[in-house]
Amino acid sequence: MSTLVLVLITGAGLGALYFLVASGLSLIYGLMHVLNFAHGAFLTLGAFIGWEVARRLDTATWSTFFVSILVGGAVGAAFAALTELALIRPLYERHIEQVLVTVGLAFAAVALYQGIWGSDPIYIDSPPWMLQTTDVLGALVPNTYWVLMLAATALLASLVIFLRFTRYGTIIRAGVENRWMVTALGIDVRRAFTVVFAIGGSAAGVGGVLAGHYTGYVSAYLGSSLLIFAFIITVIGGLGSLTGAAIASVLVAVLQQFANYYLGGTGDIIVVVLLAVVLLARPAGLLGRAS
Amino acid sequence: MTDTASTPRRGYGPLILGVVLITLMAVLPLLNVSIPGILPSATYEPGALALLSLAMVFAALALSYNMLLGTSGMLSFGHALYFGAGAYGLGIALKYFGVPLWPGVVIALVGGLVIALITGAVSMRVGGIPFAMVTLAFAEAGSVLVRRNSAVTGGEEGLSLNSAGVPDFLVGVVNSKNLYWFTLAIFVVIYLMSLWVDTSRLGRLARAVSENELRVRVLGLEPARAKLVVFVIAAGCAGLAGVAYMLLQSGAVPRAVSADLTITVLVMVVLGGVGYRWGAIVGGVVYTVLDQRLTVLAGSDAIASLPSLVRVPLSEPLFLLGSLFIVVVIFVPGGIAGTVDGWWARRRRQRRRDAIATLERAEGASESKEVGP
Amino acid sequence: MSNEPVLTVEALHASIAGQQVVEDVSFSVPPTGITALLGRNGVGKTSTLRAILGLISRTGAITLAGERIDGMRTHRIVQRGLGYVPEDREVFSKLTVAENLTLAVRQKSPRYELVDSLFPDLVARRSQAAGTLSGGQQQMVSLARALLNDNTILLVDEPTKGLAPKLVADVTVALEEASHLVPILLVEQNLEVVKKLAGGAIVLSGGRVVHTGVATEILADEALTHRLLGVGSATGGAAI
Repeated sequence: MSTLVLVLITGAGLGALYFLVASGLSLIYGLMHVLNFAHGAFLTLGAFIGWEVARRLDTATWSTFFVSILVGGAVGAAFAALTELALIRPLYERHIEQVLVTVGLAFAAVALYQGIWGSDPIYIDSPPWMLQTTDVLGALVPNTYWVLMLAATALLASLVIFLRFTRYGTIIRAGVENRWMVTALGIDVRRAFTVVFAIGGSAAGVGGVLAGHYTGYVSAYLGSSLLIFAFIITVIGGLGSLTGAAIASVLVAVLQQFANYYLGGTGDIIVVVLLAVVLLARPAGLLGRAS
Repeated sequence: MTDTASTPRRGYGPLILGVVLITLMAVLPLLNVSIPGILPSATYEPGALALLSLAMVFAALALSYNMLLGTSGMLSFGHALYFGAGAYGLGIALKYFGVPLWPGVVIALVGGLVIALITGAVSMRVGGIPFAMVTLAFAEAGSVLVRRNSAVTGGEEGLSLNSAGVPDFLVGVVNSKNLYWFTLAIFVVIYLMSLWVDTSRLGRLARAVSENELRVRVLGLEPARAKLVVFVIAAGCAGLAGVAYMLLQSGAVPRAVSADLTITVLVMVVLGGVGYRWGAIVGGVVYTVLDQRLTVLAGSDAIASLPSLVRVPLSEPLFLLGSLFIVVVIFVPGGIAGTVDGWWARRRRQRRRDAIATLERAEGASESKEVGP
Repeated sequence: MSNEPVLTVEALHASIAGQQVVEDVSFSVPPTGITALLGRNGVGKTSTLRAILGLISRTGAITLAGERIDGMRTHRIVQRGLGYVPEDREVFSKLTVAENLTLAVRQKSPRYELVDSLFPDLVARRSQAAGTLSGGQQQMVSLARALLNDNTILLVDEPTKGLAPKLVADVTVALEEASHLVPILLVEQNLEVVKKLAGGAIVLSGGRVVHTGVATEILADEALTHRLLGVGSATGGAAI
């Protein structure tokens, strides 16, 4: 029983981390049809800069933790917005080329991180409470998971509010449905592109700082491994659907934890099998529209 | 994409050129040619032969990837899976089944083809960008399987080649020349496969699908099947390149199955020019040589003495290659081959125009009454 | 009011995916009333409108109220006062009616009173998702989006397509009302509607302008309409 609870809660926590990455990917794809391979690079930069900030302040305090989260998010947003303006915009509507430049950027960025921070993992400090556990029905849940869930819930809530109640949010929702019609109403949809990149980048940056606390270290490859799961999640959830990404994040992570505990560490394989099953049954994903 | 590949050229020019080039490549290990800055040693020495052989393996892999992206417009991020299947398949067959080389090659290729058929059929449930993501996921699963099952694959350490079943003439540094010729033979086979796919009905069909799926449907053909067949053939060629890689390197590491490798091949093909066979070859060779040379450069004293702001980027070959790739995608859309081809076509058109103009002037001079066209 | 044309198109060429769809089209739209753009299916009427808006790649000179707009991006052209009501309505189906309308607003005081008086059906449905509306109501949303702003000209593409006769009449009335405020370039297959509304008419065939004149005169000439529009009689069954 307690193992089951542990698996469920850690699954939800891991799903929360996935969602921080997948939400941005899904928004970007939904609006611009760009598959952003550089998303992992945004995340890794957030993690490194967050760590740089933390080690200059008093590590392992809550205030440092929050400052590093804020800085990580800001850095991720800036990097992403710059990417959109400098690399994606010149290739407007050329989707394959847009994928290719993000591939090149991911390639170059990871190599640069290695050059700056080395290729060995850097172990980081967390606020002491995050290293402790909480007893839930006999299961000892590491407190990091609560932080992840809180962050993802806050992100989901603020994204929903932003999308529903702001003008840019309305433009983005309209653009996901029909981009050219948005421009035909006199709106420069490209500005919304920069906005979604910045939002996705900031979520990834925050995700990077949290991923560092989750794994206990930062490294140049932090983003690449999370990115692949985020891709799988966006396909399973239905490309462009934020709700789909949220559901698929939790579904994938819980399933992964289950398989890791009960099926001898086969979590990663099970996730790919799930992807294949979803594709065979519903090619558009759980909440995707048929194209 | 260009249609140079689909229009069979007249005359024996290309054939003769091909035979000359292959002959030249074949006699290279017997000559003493030095190209300082590009080759680490003279061409008859193992250093240069190893680099050239590796370049041919990657050129062959790039050719097979061009069948996907160039011929049928499929952006796959899982191509390394089939390369890895060839390399690991051969390694496993030799080590655990104890078979000789040739049956081992057959086992590796058949295994790779089966994997390609299954994963290809599932991936093609979606198209375009989602297809890219799904192929990436499959390759990642393959990579995880290789890393995890260290009892079979050697895990992160890699799988070394069991040379018991391999004929003596293909083993070790002393046989670099033989390995080089073996790789050249595999390269030629893959080139001929690529040529056949591009010029056959199948290739034209896959090309038509990538341009207009509806039109092909209307013609009563099965577009998905044509694409799947091309996908499987490309995977088979990648597997063959993997076999050559295994023999050359006397082992395989998980990177041979990773998304990183697929992306490397993608970079080669885009660098060389998507849709051009010779572009893929040039891209594969240029990338392999650049990668090796930049790594040597990164470790050099000249770099180490630079201030860190310049030193750090310059000492990361992948940073330089990634940046080069971005520049090519944005500013040189056709890659090397596309640029050369475009320049050549413009020159030919200009020449034709000049010739016509000269002709008209000549006519105008002789019959000054007649009004020119 | 001057009689300078509000929109002139000269030597317009446009292509979609390398395929030429508009070939050397030239015409002008007077500053008042409704001008019809006619022609058989697939002659490039919709493409002409989309080319004017810069939604497809085009060359040629396009002048809106004295200003060249052919080098501008779509959103800039629309901001210059060109309202567009596309074929098939293209409402944002997951957005509410209110959101569809506010998205279109480009000025401080949008003309909600006009829109509410023209389309009373929409008033009670502001918070309903546009995708759940009937085809006729969606067409009203699409027209309303263009009418909320003070435009220099409206381009309206097949507003009665697929609508029941009652709704065709409603849309016709709305267009007539609107035409008192803003000149309209109208693409319409329903010749009854054209007859009721249009002053001038421009006829396209094979991507080119083949005839211009007064709408009712063109439609009265049976041989001409048969040849250019592919209908047996101007009063015939093309209505529905």
